[in-house]
Amino acid sequence: MATETMHLDVTHPVAIKRPARESQFGLMWRRFKRHKLAVVSLWIAALFYAVALFAEFLAPVDPSAYSARYTYAPPQGLHFVAVNEDGGWEFGPYVYGYKTEIDPVALRRTFVIDEEVRLPVRFFAESKPYNLFGFIPLTTKFIGVENPRDPFYILGADRLGRDMLSRLIHGTRISLSIGLAGVTLSLFFGIVIGGFAGYYGGWFDSATMRVVEFIRSMPTIPLWLGLAAAMPKDWSALQTYFAITLILSLIGWTELARVVRGRFLSLRTEDFVTAAQLDGASDWRIITRHMVPSFMSHIIAAATLAIPGMILAETALSFLGLGLQAPIVSWGTLLQDAQNIRTLASAPWLLAPGVCVVVIILAMNFFGDGLRDAADPHGR
Amino acid sequence: MLGFIIRRLIAMLLTLVAVSIVAFAIIQLPPGDYLTSYIAQLSSTGDQVDPRVIENLRVQYGLGEPFYIQYWKWITGIVQGNFGQSFEWKRPVWELIWGRLGNSIMVEGLAVIVMWVIAVPIGIYVAVRKYSLGDYLATVAGFIGLAVPNFFFALILMYLAYIWFGTTMGGLFSPQFETARWSLPRIWDFLAHAWAPVLVLATAGTAELIRILRANLLDELQKPYVTTARAKGLPEWKVILKYPVRLALNPLISTIGWLLPALVSGSVIVSVVMNLPTAGPMLLRSLTTQDMYLAGAIILLLSVLTVIGTVISDILLALIDPRIRYGSK
Amino acid sequence: MPLIPMDAKPILTIKDMSIVFSSPDEADIEAVRQVDLTLSPGKTLALVGESGCGKSVTARSVLRLLDRNARIQRGSMLFAPGDEPPTDIAKLKADSLPLRAIRGREISMIFQEPMTSLSPVHTIGDQIDEMLILHERLKPKQARERTVALFDQVGIPGARERADSYPFQLSGGLRQRAMIAMALACAPKVLIADEPTTALDVTTQAQILDLLRQLQADFGMAMLFITHDLGVVAEIADEVAVMYLGDVVEQGSVFDVFAAPSHPYTQALMSSIPKMARKADRVRLSPIKGTVPAPRDRPEGCAFTSRCPHAFEPCATVRPERTALGNGHHARCHLLTRQPAEVVA
Repeated sequence: MATETMHLDVTHPVAIKRPARESQFGLMWRRFKRHKLAVVSLWIAALFYAVALFAEFLAPVDPSAYSARYTYAPPQGLHFVAVNEDGGWEFGPYVYGYKTEIDPVALRRTFVIDEEVRLPVRFFAESKPYNLFGFIPLTTKFIGVENPRDPFYILGADRLGRDMLSRLIHGTRISLSIGLAGVTLSLFFGIVIGGFAGYYGGWFDSATMRVVEFIRSMPTIPLWLGLAAAMPKDWSALQTYFAITLILSLIGWTELARVVRGRFLSLRTEDFVTAAQLDGASDWRIITRHMVPSFMSHIIAAATLAIPGMILAETALSFLGLGLQAPIVSWGTLLQDAQNIRTLASAPWLLAPGVCVVVIILAMNFFGDGLRDAADPHGR
Repeated sequence: MLGFIIRRLIAMLLTLVAVSIVAFAIIQLPPGDYLTSYIAQLSSTGDQVDPRVIENLRVQYGLGEPFYIQYWKWITGIVQGNFGQSFEWKRPVWELIWGRLGNSIMVEGLAVIVMWVIAVPIGIYVAVRKYSLGDYLATVAGFIGLAVPNFFFALILMYLAYIWFGTTMGGLFSPQFETARWSLPRIWDFLAHAWAPVLVLATAGTAELIRILRANLLDELQKPYVTTARAKGLPEWKVILKYPVRLALNPLISTIGWLLPALVSGSVIVSVVMNLPTAGPMLLRSLTTQDMYLAGAIILLLSVLTVIGTVISDILLALIDPRIRYGSK
Repeated sequence: MPLIPMDAKPILTIKDMSIVFSSPDEADIEAVRQVDLTLSPGKTLALVGESGCGKSVTARSVLRLLDRNARIQRGSMLFAPGDEPPTDIAKLKADSLPLRAIRGREISMIFQEPMTSLSPVHTIGDQIDEMLILHERLKPKQARERTVALFDQVGIPGARERADSYPFQLSGGLRQRAMIAMALACAPKVLIADEPTTALDVTTQAQILDLLRQLQADFGMAMLFITHDLGVVAEIADEVAVMYLGDVVEQGSVFDVFAAPSHPYTQALMSSIPKMARKADRVRLSPIKGTVPAPRDRPEGCAFTSRCPHAFEPCATVRPERTALGNGHHARCHLLTRQPAEVVA
């Protein structure tokens, strides 16, 4: 019996089951758009994924191209407006050049930004031929210096004089794709195992739930480390990549399985499922036609919220040196260079990948929260 | 209540068995067995390999025998306090890890305390003053706290300390206290070092606790029993602290169950970054050198600690929540 | 029913009270408007109406238990327990000392859902002791003795052990008895009962009503009884006030109102109760047509206009005045001022 409402909220929103024909996703999208922060986050995440997709085009240079002449060169930044000596303004993108100084204490050569030298920069610049997505031959990069011999380090250079920005862009591809791949794999395990457990119940359900509880009660990083350490050292980059994905999802599937099982359990007793059973529909048909569509949105939201964890796990593993290995560029392997505090003090731009991690995790969390609210406006 | 504790302890034992199987499986994962690498290592350093020693070890670890026999030999050894030998350090595993494990427990325990001490008052404040400036600030800070990975936070903290104060943060003790006995100055020294890693470790958990407490408390504040308490004539602060806060804390205690694994995970990586003499860096080192008995023991003990911590929180929850104690709902 | 003279000094007088709910993105809603109620010692006033008519809001406003988005916009609530000058509860601050001294000690309240209205993690004894310790400054031991005595008085068997039980260990009826014991712990002068029997099954309902009546005879407190059940009203009330969408449309002694309901809404309510009759004489129950409009759609004039079978031109625009029908019986209806003789009984 309902207690009388104190707010006199007479117009309680009633859960209206719309006819299936009106797209569930259209409805969800309308509700999603109300969360401003989630919409902004969606755009940020989309931007990141676009960067990952077009990495070759967007990265000014090859991420592994090194130049011993510019080790730890500081970020040049990108400038658009210049003031000439005569006070006139000049427009057009450019970066500053470098001059070298000898550090009197450490007796080391360091680079300093030379504001006297302006190196013009051009969008859609000519470059050495390369293949976009590995098969589309192109000779244009999104951005580049006019004279290819000039240094071009918008975000600075690393220990080998490699361009941080290019490495970051390529790292984005690896880190984000491993997140997606890991979640896809987890989703597969989660739906199959959680679905079985939720739909059939019984001993399989309780056994699965014990396993899920068990895995969730273990500290994940030691486990991940242990599994990752067992990878043969002579595996190729691709093999490592898939092995790491698999390792991440071996633990990541539990949360999704729990969500799927929960939805299955609650739906199993719903009238429309009983009705379908009474109509003699097969289990397969009931699951695919009646149950899955009704909680697809929840699954998508849960999967979105699982991505940040995956990205974080990959970054942590690679950072510790047990995940992806050196020739592969990911945010985690990039951050490995930042482990030494003295290096970091002279080259703080090495922390840039960490900033990317924070931004994408924030964006995915807000986006996922928005999706979850949109999928279920009443519950939580 | 006693029945509940016994049931929970039995479940814990089963979990521990499962944990030990997983840890042992990880020991077994790398190709080749421990002894082969041991012999290889001995021969590479030019040591004489005594066949009798090899044979003894083979029998002791049950190498070459089926998995379950090897496991049985390993686990019975552990129950008797024999964790095997570290082949890198050529010393018993237990000798190597107990001190570091103690440090791990101290750092993680402090982090749990810090989390609660910060999160509870803030959580109560933001729920009672919903949509106030403080609430928004806490929400924003919370989101950032959740999104910044532990190790990245540690890096930034170390970077700032180096830039501003010229100090390299790290370790848990100054050299002169490293091996000293516990004394007041040593405790002081420990706290002076430990605050940074503890802070780093506690951030994410604090943010999460505040979020959960706020949501719980907002729910509880709407409940009729709060009105009843007001109708009694209690002052508002007492109404809130005695009733809704008390109820909102219960589910918070059960969060220890998953907060603790995350904390132990986080401490491994933070310890590596901040160079703490805890179990984390040793685990990493043993894994990279394939010192598997050492690695297995650390994974096992970290997991055991987590499981025990979770059980303690469960029992604590039952103690303070009569609904669980008397098995209602 | 013991008759207390009509001229007994009223203990609580609500005059011309309006309560407004505000929300950031909508216009304010006047949930209760111009309500006049009087409570006298030993008497029971029943406040009747459908869900959302403002009866609960009125009741809670007496102890200032409304949410922060509600405020008393107008009117006064004069509480006059003795010979001292009366206190206007409407003017007190929500968490102020004078108000807290009234809450629980002078005026106390019983709620609809004893399960959710009691804290599940404190023993019921603890929750009652607390009041005695707070208001009567008893030591915990003495407080517990009083609690046990109270439990005996409200008919809880095994009082001493029950005091150590948690709410979920008791049946619904026992929980409500505990709730009543709590409300009466400090022998208040006014008891507000907000649908205390709605969540109970029928036999328990009857027992609780008997108990309340008997306790009223013992303690002599005034009672404000909120209900939507006219049967309960007939059983327990001396006076009745019928509310519709924030208005008290009719009030008077139970006998007068039941014998001669003067507002079309009261009449409609009466005819929607089944009556005992021989089968041949039974008439179909006539439900009130239409539904209660949302408070923001309430017409300028009489709130009942949209559902009233007798509505005529002033109803929608002009608010009917409170019309005296003699012997303290009042109603707000234009029919009364136009042709009082034609009102259908």
